[in-house]
Amino acid sequence: MGANPFHTPPPAGDTQLRPPINLQSRRMRLNTVRRYVVNHLVTVLAVLSTVIVIVPLIAILAYLVYMGATSLNLAFFTKIPAPVGMPGGGMANGIVGSGIVLGLCSLMGIPVGIAAGVYLAEFGRGKPLAGAIRFTADVLNGVPSIVMGLAIYSLVVMRQHHFSAFAGGVALAIMMVPTITRTTEEMLATVPHSIREAALGLGVPKWRTVLSVSLKTAAPGIITGCMLAFARVAGETAPLLFTAFGNQFWSFKLTEPIAALPLQIFVYAMSPYDEWHRLAWAGSLVLIVMIMVAVTLVRIYAARGMLKGAS
Amino acid sequence: MGVGINVEHLNAWYGTTHTLQDINLNIPANHATALIGPSGCGKSTFVRCLNRMHETNPIARATGVVRMGDIDIYKDAQPVQIRRRVGMVFQRPNPFPTMSIYDNVASGLKLNGFRNRAVLDETVERSLKSAALWEEVKDDLKKKSGASLSGGQQQRMCIARALAVDPEVLLMDEPASALDPVSTSKIEDLIFQLKSQYTIVIVTHNMQQAARVAENTGFFLNGKMVEFDSTHKIFTNPKDKRTEDYITGRFG
Repeated sequence: MGANPFHTPPPAGDTQLRPPINLQSRRMRLNTVRRYVVNHLVTVLAVLSTVIVIVPLIAILAYLVYMGATSLNLAFFTKIPAPVGMPGGGMANGIVGSGIVLGLCSLMGIPVGIAAGVYLAEFGRGKPLAGAIRFTADVLNGVPSIVMGLAIYSLVVMRQHHFSAFAGGVALAIMMVPTITRTTEEMLATVPHSIREAALGLGVPKWRTVLSVSLKTAAPGIITGCMLAFARVAGETAPLLFTAFGNQFWSFKLTEPIAALPLQIFVYAMSPYDEWHRLAWAGSLVLIVMIMVAVTLVRIYAARGMLKGAS
Repeated sequence: MGVGINVEHLNAWYGTTHTLQDINLNIPANHATALIGPSGCGKSTFVRCLNRMHETNPIARATGVVRMGDIDIYKDAQPVQIRRRVGMVFQRPNPFPTMSIYDNVASGLKLNGFRNRAVLDETVERSLKSAALWEEVKDDLKKKSGASLSGGQQQRMCIARALAVDPEVLLMDEPASALDPVSTSKIEDLIFQLKSQYTIVIVTHNMQQAARVAENTGFFLNGKMVEFDSTHKIFTNPKDKRTEDYITGRFG
């Protein structure tokens, strides 16, 4: 049988077993102690790092609640800003305005972002165009938000000859796209190739496989990415300064300047009046709570949708 | 009913690697045909050429003639049409993780736009029964995710999924290699029953398995098909020295 290339006998020298390790030796006992110490040391370090990260976060939130809650009242949610020197007034127009601008930017930014991510992950593998898109997205992600505002100012506002809610939506949408594109791509990359093959093997066309198998499987991660992008732009002020511009009255028109909470907070916080400072605190609290509620609602809704899809 | 497959001068490449070199082979209808050979010899590439899955890899390419019944699958049809006639079961169970057991089995029909509830229900039941899984899952068809089943059950579910689109050919790429012996024997029993209705091509590393389930066996080596004959002949009296070496080498 020696000539059989598929049969290799074990090498002669390897037949002897190694001598057993003496676990009671001094060296092994020291080793055990060392491992015990290192293990606990690293655990303590990890917990400590977590605390260091969380403490400032909780401190900020607590201070915000402390300063904001005392200034909150019903008028804040129902009234538009009062003229300087007059007590009362609220930021109802800012809350609604933020809702409009954010809705607009989500409508534009999320589909474009996801579509680009799908192209990168499913169709553009190894193509030069994909490389270019990926590079552009990364650069766009690093563009300072004030620059984005200026860009939209010259691209949209200058052409329309006036500030508008639409321009604000475009600015925020462009800020959302790179984050959503890259998360979508990364999430799609975690979908195992084997389940794409399962679908293709059943004679399912590629577009349907992408839609019903890849995207559906990656959906929880993609939704998280969209929510992160949303939460990030929801608090942006700089891109709105030259686009949505802000106002002090009710306006629901997309072609007119519109109020937004971050803008109002900015203006009020910079003002010399104590009354306005309090309103700025209240506005900050409301903004954070709004973002948290929006993100949580989408999460719950998405989770329910997932379960329905599975049953 | 199954359909015979006639392969002539099939060549396949991955990039510049010539993975399959001039394969000629007749796979008879309604029989099980086993493909054996060492890892990397081209068996998997070969079965992937039979339903045009090979070309889903952007750097892969294939030439030659593969006739299924009276159509040349590389000339007369779109890949999507071929894959609906040829079911495939992969090495590792690959259920759709977001879908229930029911939806997994019905996916081939549903994702191709088929919506008739009654027909779907009936197909799911029939396919699961053919795959010998019905009794184990019938109570939580829509409650449980396909991914929550055990490995062996998942693989039988994947077989049911392939059967649900009513294929003529069933390609199995090492369907039991990731399973324990009990699940493996269930899959083998299944192949034994299914081969009266489908043409089955099974890639395996387990030569006893080939001997148990297949009427014919082909031995692949370095991208070429060395020998193709009845399984009995291949294992008792191979013509080629390399086939004999492989078989005896493996059995020690």
